[in-house]
Amino acid sequence: MLELRNLSKHFGGVKAVDDLTLTVNEGEIFGLIGPNGSGKSTTVNLICGVFPTTSGAVLFEGRDITDAPSHRVVAAGITRTFQNIRLFGDLTVWQNLWVSQNSAAERGKGWFGRWLGGDRVGRGDAEDLLKFAGLEHRSGELARNLAFGEQRRLEMARALAAQPRLLLLDEPAAGMNAEEVSQLAARIKALRKYGMTILLVEHVMELVMGVTDRIAVLNFGQKIAEGAPAEIRENPAVRTAYLGTADA
Amino acid sequence: MDFYYGMAQLIGVHTLLGLSAYVVLLTGQVSMAQAGFFAIGAYLGGMLTVLAGWHIVPAMLLAAAASAVVATIVGFPALRVKGLMLVVATLAFGEAVRIFWFNFDYQIAKGNIQVGPLGGEGFKQIRYFPENGWSTGEVAIFIWVWVVIVMAAIWWMDRSRVGSVLRAVGEDELAAQSVGINLTAVKVSAMTIGGFIAGLGGGIYAHYTTHIEHLNFGVILATFAIAYPILGGLSSVIGVLIAVIFIQGFLVEVLRFMGDWRNLLFGALIVLAMNVRPDGLFDARATRTIRRLFGRQDA
Repeated sequence: MLELRNLSKHFGGVKAVDDLTLTVNEGEIFGLIGPNGSGKSTTVNLICGVFPTTSGAVLFEGRDITDAPSHRVVAAGITRTFQNIRLFGDLTVWQNLWVSQNSAAERGKGWFGRWLGGDRVGRGDAEDLLKFAGLEHRSGELARNLAFGEQRRLEMARALAAQPRLLLLDEPAAGMNAEEVSQLAARIKALRKYGMTILLVEHVMELVMGVTDRIAVLNFGQKIAEGAPAEIRENPAVRTAYLGTADA
Repeated sequence: MDFYYGMAQLIGVHTLLGLSAYVVLLTGQVSMAQAGFFAIGAYLGGMLTVLAGWHIVPAMLLAAAASAVVATIVGFPALRVKGLMLVVATLAFGEAVRIFWFNFDYQIAKGNIQVGPLGGEGFKQIRYFPENGWSTGEVAIFIWVWVVIVMAAIWWMDRSRVGSVLRAVGEDELAAQSVGINLTAVKVSAMTIGGFIAGLGGGIYAHYTTHIEHLNFGVILATFAIAYPILGGLSSVIGVLIAVIFIQGFLVEVLRFMGDWRNLLFGALIVLAMNVRPDGLFDARATRTIRRLFGRQDA
């Protein structure tokens, strides 16, 4: 479904992502892990067109979306969340979902339809999403007044409101306690039932090991391992990257 | 009485100018180009009634539409730059418009006098209102009908999805892009709407003053235009109206006895107002208080 071909991003001399090739299959929950600064978030930003790639290609459902502007990536069917939450703080919870419902669901409605028609298309969907995120009683609240955990859930709901087929979660468990992580895991598993494909970028190992089907490990921008969670856990190269060498 | 009518006319026109900047500011863009759009509306509107003999309403609408087209064209290159660079770019545009009218001559004979814009001398004898027997009061009412229409339209837009989209772009461009919003389309649209409203205000302005010249549309007017929504806050269109009344009604008129010292106090009061009420004179809290007064609880 999503294919990265020899994807590279260099910032000056720093190879943030270096010749990365991987494939995410439809319906799969794919984990992308690695130590700090290994290029995980950069990979997400490259997929979403936040900054241009140095070389390589991004293909989604067979279409080349390399360096496409962000809103086109959304229209193609990919949405994301941010590592450091980026909600529209001065908009209400409801409005945060409202602005997001403007791509796939409304394609073919024409320019004016997309501008004005959001409420008619998505009211039912938005209510479902609020329920999914456990925010149904907070819909009139300004997003910046939400608690941290609620903000994370709203951001995920906002990404889903655009009706993506591939969801990129950039460290969704960062800053969460154990109970919140297990709730998040339940939500991610629930999404799989709806046929959502998910690319999960994460530090929190229990989450990644618990919900993913396959995992790729990055270190210094390069893929050092790929496989099922159990294989990754036993992989010596991964252990070295995370824990340092055995005799060090 | 004429003084108050004159005041009402001025406040009405400046409210339109402020509203045009408000729409653009919602998307986070500080535009100093609004005085330029205002000038285009003023000159074209005047030329259509004086030289072509049009009725004032279609003349204003066509002049506003022309301003909107110019705003769209300016919007594409201008909105590629951000922050201070955008201020400089739009300021340059506004000055270019002013210099254009400074150099622009197009006069025709009407009876035994020449009418039309004449460069630095300005555009005199825009006498649609007196020629058609409108009283000052009628002109004031005419202006306020437009102000109310535009305010109501923006109020409605603000509460529709469009308002949320504009505010989303103003708050966080990266997040807005990542939920599928086309930044260029939204910013250029806001610029176009702003250009239309400023052009409308300019068209009215030319007719009630009857004499315009390039100096009317300089940096000071551009500064006023952006000061209104900044001072009034972005919570609601009402903020713009309150800011215009505060500046034009209170600061400019009430302090007139101070002579040239007024300008000093004028600047100080604006700085003070922005410190005391950083989210604008009419901020979100004021909105909530007023709603409570009318018995409407916030959701």
